[in-house]
Amino acid sequence: MAWLQPTLAHYLALGAILFSISVIGIFLNRRNVLIILMAIELMLLAVNLNFIAFSHFLGDSAGQVFVFFILTVAAAESAIGLAILVLLFRNVGSIDVEDIDRLKG
Amino acid sequence: MTFQTIIFYTFAAILVVAAAFVVTTRNLVQAALWLVLSFFSAAGVWLLLEAEFLAIVLVLVYVGAVMVLFLFVVMMLDVNFDKMRERFRSYIPAAAIVGILVAVEILLVLLGGYLGDRTGPPPAAPAGYSNTKMLGLQIYTDYAYPFEIAAMILLVAIIAAIALTHRRRRETKYQNPGAQVRVRRDERLRIVQMPAEKREP
Repeated sequence: MAWLQPTLAHYLALGAILFSISVIGIFLNRRNVLIILMAIELMLLAVNLNFIAFSHFLGDSAGQVFVFFILTVAAAESAIGLAILVLLFRNVGSIDVEDIDRLKG
Repeated sequence: MTFQTIIFYTFAAILVVAAAFVVTTRNLVQAALWLVLSFFSAAGVWLLLEAEFLAIVLVLVYVGAVMVLFLFVVMMLDVNFDKMRERFRSYIPAAAIVGILVAVEILLVLLGGYLGDRTGPPPAAPAGYSNTKMLGLQIYTDYAYPFEIAAMILLVAIIAAIALTHRRRRETKYQNPGAQVRVRRDERLRIVQMPAEKREP
């Protein structure tokens, strides 16, 4: 059962599955801004997992440093995204993407 | 079947199941909580990859701050879910096709190069190796400039989030330090000359 031992390929496959789950999530919840934001967080998690797996198996620490910065930027982006969402809810009253149509002619 | 293998598959299974529940559940609070669980299991997987500092940072910063922020927002919003879910069923075929396609394509590219343990076992860490110390050495020397830029990004995020959502309430009283500093003595103090009154003992 040597193919069960977690090698680099297993971690990459896990990252790929997570990424595709989050893409599916965006497709399924395309009207709900909050779930889309959560799916973006899952995408970032999948990418971070890829980076750390490569960093571990190839012995290069640059992957982990990059994950550090990705976490920083992702936190900043969630904060601003949620602030925009709160403002949107105050003005429109719902978080449905289809209600954001003020600019339509 | 070593202990590490069992741990990997356990955490990986919990991670995938929790991620799937995040995107399919009807309840927003439950979605946020499933996301918290998936971050915890991802931190476990990162511990297996000997990235203990980043695993702890994930739990402290991501779960402890960002997910708490998500939960605050979810609890503040009063969401009418029925209108948003009414076409959920009709999206499932397209979502499944695209999702499986994305997964297959990513796996073809990545596993095409790395299947079958082609990179060999991971290099063993030298004695006295500390993941935190290694990261600290890298970030403060080679990557000091991106570190400063990350700090600027966080500052911009703080200012933007506050500037966007700040509401001025009319009835609050607050101080204006600029006006306080510009005050002159004769605006506050008036000296009146009057004869002293002598009181009878």
